[in-house]
Amino acid sequence: MSNAWTVVVFVGLATALLKASGPVAIGGRDLPPRFLRLVEALAPALLAALVATQTFASERDLVLDERALGVGAALIAILLRAPVLVTIVVAAVVTALARV
Amino acid sequence: METDAGEPSFRQSFRRGVRDAIPLAIAVGLFGVSFGVLAESTGFGSWPAIVMSLTTFSGAAQFASLSIIRDGGGAAAAITAAALLSARFVPIGLSVAPVLRGSLPARFVKAQMIIDESWAVAARGGGRFDAGALIGAGLLLYASWLAGTLAGVTGGGLLTDPEALGLDAAFPALFLALLAPNVRKRRLLVAALLGAGIALALVPFVRPGLPVVAASLACLVGWSRR
Repeated sequence: MSNAWTVVVFVGLATALLKASGPVAIGGRDLPPRFLRLVEALAPALLAALVATQTFASERDLVLDERALGVGAALIAILLRAPVLVTIVVAAVVTALARV
Repeated sequence: METDAGEPSFRQSFRRGVRDAIPLAIAVGLFGVSFGVLAESTGFGSWPAIVMSLTTFSGAAQFASLSIIRDGGGAAAAITAAALLSARFVPIGLSVAPVLRGSLPARFVKAQMIIDESWAVAARGGGRFDAGALIGAGLLLYASWLAGTLAGVTGGGLLTDPEALGLDAAFPALFLALLAPNVRKRRLLVAALLGAGIALALVPFVRPGLPVVAASLACLVGWSRR
C-alpha cells in the first residue's frame, strides 16, 4: 500500500510541526502575566475536555458505556484522596469488570 | 501533589516525570501493541507502522489515520483527520513553551515529547509546567509506545485486547486525577466545566479532534476580571 508511506510522512510532519509551534515561537521566554492567567485556565479546560471526550465520545457519537463506570469509580477514588496510580488502576479494573 | 519551596533541579524533575509516568507506560505500551497489530492486519505494513511511531508519537493521530486507510478513506482524509486531532498540541505547546528553552532545533526536538499524558504529568498548577518532568515522562512513554509497536508488528497475535483490560479508561482517569488539584479556584472550576461542556456539545457536529481544540476557548472565562 503506497498510501501508507504518504500518510506516515504527512501525519508525522503535521504532528511534529503542531507540537513544536508554541515552543519554537515563544521558546523559553516568560509569558506576560496576562497570558499566564490564560494558560492557568487552559490546563483545566483542556484536561476536562479530554476527560469528557475520552469518557463519553466515540467518534462523532455521545455514548454512555463501561468507561463512564470506570471514570466514575476514579472520581470516587479521587474524592477519597487515593494516589494517582490507585485511581488509574481502579478505573481500568472497574471498566474491565463491567465489560466481562 | 506537593508544591516545592525551592526550584527542583532538571535531574530531579526528570526522575519525577519518569516515576509518575510508569503506570501510564504500561497502558501506552499495550496500546502500542494494538497499533502494531492493527497495522499488520490492515496491510499498512510493519515498516510504515514502526516509522510512524518513531516520528509521529501520538496515539490519537496514528490510530485515526490507520483506521481511515483501513476503511478505504484515502491518504488525504487520513492526513486531515490526524492533523485535526493534533491541533490541540498548539494550545498545549503554548502552555509549556516558557519552560522549553534552548536553541531552535533543541526546542523543536524537546517539543516532540509533548503528548497529552506527559503534559498532564508536568502540570504544576497556576499555569506553570515542569520541563524535566515533561521530558522524563515523554521519553519513557515514547520508549514504551515504540516497544509496543515493535511487539505488535512482530508477534502481536498473543496480545489481549487493551480495551478488555479497561485501559482505555485509564487515560481519562489520569486526566481527572490531575484536574482535581487544578480547580480549587472558582474561575478554574468554571473553565473546566465550560471546557468539558463545549467539547461534548461539539462532538456530534464536528470532526474528532476539534471539540478539544474548541474547549481551549474556555480559558478566556473571567480573564479580564482580576
